[in-house]
Amino acid sequence: MRAWEAFERLPFPSTTDEAWRRTDLRPMPRHSFALGAASSPEVESALLRPLAGEAHGALLCLTPGLEPRREGGKDLARRDVIFTDWASAVRDHAPQLERALGQAVADDEDSFTALAAALAVDGVVVYVPAGVHVAQPLHSVFWAPGADRAFFSRVLVVVEDGASVTFVHETASPSEPGGHALHAGIVELVLGAGAHLTFVELQTWGDHVWNVTHERAIIGRDGRLDWIFGAVGSRLTKTFSELNLAGQGAEGRMSGFYFAGGTQHLDHDTQQNHLAPHTTSDLLFKGALVGRGRSVWQGMIYVAPGAQKADGYQANRNLMLSPHARADSIPGLEILADDVRCTHGATVGQLEEEPIYYLMSRGLPRPEAERLVVDGFFAPIMDRIPFDGVRARFGRMVDDKLTASELRG
Amino acid sequence: MASALEIRDLHVSVQGKPILRGVNLTVRQGEVHALMGPNGTGKSTLANTLMGHPNFEVTHGQILFKGQDLVGLEPDERSRLGLFLAFQYPVAIPGVSLANFLRAALNARRRAADPEDKGMPIPEFRKLLKQKMDVLQMPYEFAGRYLNEGFSGGEKKRAEILQLATLEPEIAVLDETDSGLDIDALRIVASGVNDLAGPELGVLVITHYQRILNYIKPRFVHVMLGGRVVESGGPELAEHLEEHGYDWIREKAGEAAAEA
Ligand SMILES: Nc1ncnc2c1ncn2[C@@H]1O[C@H](COP(=O)(O)OP(=O)(O)O)[C@@H](O)[C@H]1O
Ligand SMILES: [Mg+2]
Repeated sequence: MRAWEAFERLPFPSTTDEAWRRTDLRPMPRHSFALGAASSPEVESALLRPLAGEAHGALLCLTPGLEPRREGGKDLARRDVIFTDWASAVRDHAPQLERALGQAVADDEDSFTALAAALAVDGVVVYVPAGVHVAQPLHSVFWAPGADRAFFSRVLVVVEDGASVTFVHETASPSEPGGHALHAGIVELVLGAGAHLTFVELQTWGDHVWNVTHERAIIGRDGRLDWIFGAVGSRLTKTFSELNLAGQGAEGRMSGFYFAGGTQHLDHDTQQNHLAPHTTSDLLFKGALVGRGRSVWQGMIYVAPGAQKADGYQANRNLMLSPHARADSIPGLEILADDVRCTHGATVGQLEEEPIYYLMSRGLPRPEAERLVVDGFFAPIMDRIPFDGVRARFGRMVDDKLTASELRG
Repeated sequence: MASALEIRDLHVSVQGKPILRGVNLTVRQGEVHALMGPNGTGKSTLANTLMGHPNFEVTHGQILFKGQDLVGLEPDERSRLGLFLAFQYPVAIPGVSLANFLRAALNARRRAADPEDKGMPIPEFRKLLKQKMDVLQMPYEFAGRYLNEGFSGGEKKRAEILQLATLEPEIAVLDETDSGLDIDALRIVASGVNDLAGPELGVLVITHYQRILNYIKPRFVHVMLGGRVVESGGPELAEHLEEHGYDWIREKAGEAAAEA
């Protein structure tokens, strides 16, 4: 239990730590969480719908304390593709797991990674052998309802040289009014030379969940990662996402959308590391805030010595829909090579009256006009999600949040 | 009975500054009117006041339409009553496609008429849109583009007329729809408007050039100066303005003001 020892040893994050300066975990009742099974609510049916078309590519649904549920994906094994839950992977595929595990996120990075590494019985493993192209999308859902509990999850995706796959991972639960729960997660993405991965992760935790995840991607020579984040749920989220362009010519695109309402606090730390020459990174995070919602985005582009011709971009755009909301946007560059191109931009704006007036002049009532403008704001990110169903579902969540904020005034 | 838009002694201020100083004008369904006047005389102010722009404050007067005073109604209510404004400077709405927006606008009308309405089925909408785009010689890809974003001046004006054609209002105000159009585009847009003009539609064409009036023939021509309609007449008034400019009207209006 190396990881558990690390948890015992490591300090709990506090707001004096730079990375946690704007996100305070003190109100989290961390001693009241117990491990164990989730409570009973059935998985929301919308989460289980096929991503595209009528049939599932492959679906894996995990609920703490229950057997994993699967659908589709029968032909994956024939091509030696692994798409399974953590326990089955440990039992059946130990060698592949051993080789890749901890390559990206170390167990002892902080107390949350240590916990997740020690306790994550729920996890998903995706392994695509060299040269294999998985055409159908893989879809996993981690459904963890219930209060007073702590949930731990782990995702490992290994795409070997020249292989490709699209994978959507969702974490979700229904809200527990007055309750609290913790989720700590680890996500590791390892791409070989020329490998392609589209990874979409969507977080719709109930608003009782304190959610902390550490995510790291390592991309080999000429590999390409299209990484899409959606954060709508949770009481508080702190996500660390790190892109490591380790091989020459590696490319990574990070696209995020978030929508904080009520008293939600969504904090995303991103790091784009250019570690080799001719690497490209492109980050666009867009967020909207209603009520007393709060967001933090802190991004850093790092270019290592010798990583010439690196091309890095980061932009964060925030739309404030309430005078009580707050968005902090902190871009950063650390460049140790001389022949590079790195730019960034950050904006915090409000809904403008002219577009609303224009839409209303065509007969749309104000709330609908505002929704259309908000949808339009998110469109550049949504367009990067290759599934209509997921886009539509998130569109509805955006609507629900706007409606809730309108009702509250 | 044909509906009419009746503007009665309308006074409008922007940020406390009076712009319109007693406008009187009536446009009935089935009629084509032109409102002319040099730049800065308040034509766009009138158009946007009719539509309910929040910056324009009506300090006096009425805008009667279908037995109601529009003053105090929201722009969407005015639109659903059957009023339309083709904007002089249509604003870009990033991320919202022309097609999605138009469908939302149509559905908002249907829902206002019947709260149970489930919206126009997509195939029916597509057919309708294509038919309207054909009239305006717009390529279908246009429907997928973000509303007015990166549109050329002419494309914006065409998109405005496409909206007019799709929403089928009873009274349409076209604010400088001819500006930014080359002669071919102007012909297409004008013939689009002429196709729509008929007993069901009243049109107020706002322009400071007489050029568009060669294509859209008004029965009534009005001249605005200094926030008032100072002269009204038939098509010959537009021709006279083309030849002699606005100075004679300025003089005449000046005399009238001096007498008053
Ligand atoms: N939003 C505004 N704020 C301040 N002044 C305005 C505004 N809109 C129009 N005006 C003023 O009102 C007058 C009339 O403008 P406008 O109605 O646009 O004229 P026209 O359309 O006839 O060229 C001008 O003096 C203009 O500067
Ligand atoms: Mg004008």
